[in-house]
Amino acid sequence: MGKLIRGWIFTLLFLVLFVITVSHMQWWRFFLSNVFPGQKELVYPRADLSLLVGEHLVLVLFSAGAAVVCGVALGIFVTRQAGRAFLDIVSDMSSLSQTIPPVAVLALAVPVAGFGVKPTFIALFLYSILPVVRNTITGLESVGQEVKQAARGMGMTRMQTLLHVEVPLAVPVIMAGIRIAVVINIGTATLGAVVGAGGLGTPIVAGLVRENPAFVLEGALAAGLLALLADRILAQLEKSLFKNYAR
Amino acid sequence: MIRLERVSKYYGENPAVKNLSFTVQGGEVCVLIGPSGCGKSTTLKLINRLLSADSGEIFINNKNINAFKPELLRREIGYVIQSIGLFPHMTVAENIATVPRLLSWDRAGISHRVDELLELIGLDRRVYRDKFPGELSGGEAQRIGVARALAADPPLLLMDEPFGAVDPLTREVLQQEFLNIQQELKKTVIFVTHDLNEAIRLADRIIIMRGGEIIQNDTPERVLSRPKNRFVRDFVGTDRVLKRLSRIPVATYMLEARAIAIDAKTNRMRSGRQAENRHFFWVTAADKRLLGWVDKHDLEAQSPVKQAMTRIDPKTDALNQHATLREALAHILSQNVRTIAVVDDKCRLVGEIGLSQIEKATEEVRENG
Repeated sequence: MGKLIRGWIFTLLFLVLFVITVSHMQWWRFFLSNVFPGQKELVYPRADLSLLVGEHLVLVLFSAGAAVVCGVALGIFVTRQAGRAFLDIVSDMSSLSQTIPPVAVLALAVPVAGFGVKPTFIALFLYSILPVVRNTITGLESVGQEVKQAARGMGMTRMQTLLHVEVPLAVPVIMAGIRIAVVINIGTATLGAVVGAGGLGTPIVAGLVRENPAFVLEGALAAGLLALLADRILAQLEKSLFKNYAR
Repeated sequence: MIRLERVSKYYGENPAVKNLSFTVQGGEVCVLIGPSGCGKSTTLKLINRLLSADSGEIFINNKNINAFKPELLRREIGYVIQSIGLFPHMTVAENIATVPRLLSWDRAGISHRVDELLELIGLDRRVYRDKFPGELSGGEAQRIGVARALAADPPLLLMDEPFGAVDPLTREVLQQEFLNIQQELKKTVIFVTHDLNEAIRLADRIIIMRGGEIIQNDTPERVLSRPKNRFVRDFVGTDRVLKRLSRIPVATYMLEARAIAIDAKTNRMRSGRQAENRHFFWVTAADKRLLGWVDKHDLEAQSPVKQAMTRIDPKTDALNQHATLREALAHILSQNVRTIAVVDDKCRLVGEIGLSQIEKATEEVRENG
């Protein structure tokens, strides 16, 4: 119990520190002027970092949220009797599409969805649904046959077996998939700036265009910190919501 | 209580169970045994409808099991499988409460029932309620499995090699506990095992199966004395007489123990010393607790009994009254003695048994063959 509370305090501290850091631009100027002495423009001038973080978060939350809901549902479906036939196809597809670079997906999505948030959302969704589906399948498949049989033998319906036995036992693996998806998503979302979706990719793209490494570092550092923070929060959520049993 | 009529189950072309018919009476322990793949586990799963029969009918209390929804049927039937069947993410209490929760009992009722069952299987509720299965020993996990099956007090219990995953020593303890619990609860039990000794010890009726068919359906005594054919004869092995000894409790053949009791304060003999033709006596405390034995000559030499006697530990060197003649024989042979003391659960001397009594038993067994 004490360990859990300590974990939360640490996570909250991290969160507060992050918020303070992105809202104090003078700190960034000070830091970047030391890294890149002689650089005139140190931070991206057209938007505050806090605004960029906000845009980034909206992109990530919606695309990752949709990916988690669809990915878990798909993973559950293909491990049921009714969906067994699709299991191989879905797991192959999920492995295969992981090999396509997200920039390619983005490029393909633009003709369909135009510029802006929409193609970015589609690319992020497609890219982050994969680890969720794969880990959901792996997690559910790794639940022992004896345990499932015991549940059925005790008189649980299929739905009760799924909700009370299979999902709780698969949660550690599923959560690992979600964490991977979110972290990848936060990194990949920076590409959205290329097609005008905003977010932390904006200073990176601007920095590349104007050959200003300070802008690039600003966006990359903020995105990196955001990914760490998100991973930390998800890990802490998992620990709090699901019992830690001896495995 | 339960009746199978010409039940068959095929996996593709191959019959797992073929034309199976048998009846189990209420309160009876029926053991299904046979080599692996003989259809014994399949039979259990057909009864609780984890599998459905291709032909034939199964009745519980004269009602066809297909008349119930499978889930509702299963909540009325206790089901025990090897310890791995416990839910690893639930505590012991939650595991035991599985079926009562499915039946929507109220919380207080469930909690009370969990405590009751933990007591029944002899585990301290304060220690075990909140443990997870991963923290239990094999024997403890098996006991919890049995408790979980008994939780909603089902009249019928299906046990699929419930003691298969524990070491032989623990298995014997669990078997004895099972017999004690069964004596109290009088459930109808269908028990699957591949261990013949277990079958002989626990069964009221043994059904020997091969290739999905019943080869012999009989009492353990008759299976041992009148094996129906070569297969059964080979299956029960050449030590049939020895196996039959494990059906007979020592209490049936033990003799009254010749004992002298000593006073705790004076260390002097309080009673006993029959002028009899034997060369030693058991020594007990005033409350009949077994302390040791003393040689007749040493006793006559008038020395204090406590100095003259040889101490024995009733827990290891004496036999519990619930033990079988087979265990008695094993004790006598391994300790190289002619007679061994029989004590009750509180280590009080209740009798003695020797090689001659065991010989007498085997002769009677052979004659009644």
